[in-house]
Amino acid sequence: MIGQAGVSIFNEWFSNYWLVLVVKAGVVLGFFLVAPMVVGYAEHKVLAHMQSRLGPMYPGVFHGWAQLVADGVKFIQKEDVIPRAADPWVFSLAPAVALIPYIVVFVVIPFSPQIFALNLDVGIFFVLAMSSVNVIGVLMAGWSSANKFSLIGALRAAAQLIAYELPLVLAAASIVMQAGTLSLIGITEAQDGYWFVLTQPVGFAIFVVASLAELTRPPFDMPVADSEIIFGAYTEYTGLKFAFFLLAEYGGIVALSAIASVLYLGGYRALPGLGFIPEPLWMAAKIGALSFFVIWLRATYPRLREDQLQQFSWLALIPVALVQIIVVGLVKVAVS
Amino acid sequence: MAIEEKDVRRRKASGLAVGQGLIKGLGVTLKHLLRPAVTQQYPKEKPDLPPRTRGVIALKEANCTVCWKCSRECPDWCIYIEAHKETHDPASGGRARPVKVLDRFAIDYALCMYCGICVEVCPFDALFWSPEFEYTTFDIVELTHEKEKLEEWTYTVPPPPPLERGAQEGAGG
Repeated sequence: MIGQAGVSIFNEWFSNYWLVLVVKAGVVLGFFLVAPMVVGYAEHKVLAHMQSRLGPMYPGVFHGWAQLVADGVKFIQKEDVIPRAADPWVFSLAPAVALIPYIVVFVVIPFSPQIFALNLDVGIFFVLAMSSVNVIGVLMAGWSSANKFSLIGALRAAAQLIAYELPLVLAAASIVMQAGTLSLIGITEAQDGYWFVLTQPVGFAIFVVASLAELTRPPFDMPVADSEIIFGAYTEYTGLKFAFFLLAEYGGIVALSAIASVLYLGGYRALPGLGFIPEPLWMAAKIGALSFFVIWLRATYPRLREDQLQQFSWLALIPVALVQIIVVGLVKVAVS
Repeated sequence: MAIEEKDVRRRKASGLAVGQGLIKGLGVTLKHLLRPAVTQQYPKEKPDLPPRTRGVIALKEANCTVCWKCSRECPDWCIYIEAHKETHDPASGGRARPVKVLDRFAIDYALCMYCGICVEVCPFDALFWSPEFEYTTFDIVELTHEKEKLEEWTYTVPPPPPLERGAQEGAGG
């Protein structure tokens, strides 16, 4: 892999503009279809073993590795039910709106100085914007389902996003201030010698907690609290459309793990002394470690109450994130 | 919803610092992750059942006196008993005795709810719990098992548990 940082490897291999475009789209889509499956399977197995169970053991013979493939085949066979009172167009469009933003996020995630699809100057702004579009799909799903549980779930998801997008963006802003760039590759390259988790551990904690809430993962999964509102906005969905929502959830875990890796864990950068391991593997390992942490939290913590959730964000996370920005700004000015 | 004073959870004087419980919880789940799972993969390996598992009810035909107690106590009438009377000549003098002879004893396991009342009520130890549990069939009709099959299951009945300390041999009722 010869080439300078910031030039995509795909642009070096192919010169035709359209060919490059197709190859990049194929690679991004391929990654998006594989990585969430791996995380989903890991969730099956890790959750099971944390509860002293085995999890899936039969599909694919070896430790049920093909469980999610079997699930996918099952989802395809299911009847596609649209409730009579539902708004059919919005109802059918919602899974796509929930899913596609997470695919788009991977366009700018760098796996090495050369392996990426696009090096946007406003990379971090782009990924954070894209990862919050998902909730519009959820809101569409809940509103169009003509079901009170769906509606409550969707509004909870929206309220949660508003509350937790703020600390997420504030934490990311501190990183941008320290790195001095919005480009994801630039931020990774700026973590030369030390990762930003060392300088901003509080920011890292805020970012991870806010990501969990934005993904509506436990302990912040009130929008799909099954004991209260069945399955929230997804209650009326069946078959492939439901599968798309699940894929969006796992795609979201991978996407936000990738963003957190880039911002705080040095992205594709190796630990000192372990530089012989290729850079894409480092990136994959960091995404895997953060995804494992997300699953670990699900196995450990019960769900918060809805009002506790809002209280935690507005009274704890946001003030701390604001203080962090001030501190980073002061240090930045003092150093320069 | 307004947050009132009683809703705010105060930290108990448990000696745990703030957040220490969260860390402990993570430790518990991690410990279980690293431990081998307790699942027994049943069709592949036999489950490790407690010795006195209530799998099926077995009949020791020689002990049955056809008193019909079990079938009358059965809450869902799943026990079929048919018998006839024979007159046996006395072995040495005296008059001939009528004897009940068991023709049919069947339990419909499609109806049985495994309450065990028949086993409890049997006055002559003819009915036993056996840990055998693999007797599913493709047809619900075949779940009615006759006395020959019930007799076979008596060979899977474990021996009675040892007496408790201080108990007297043969004193039980």
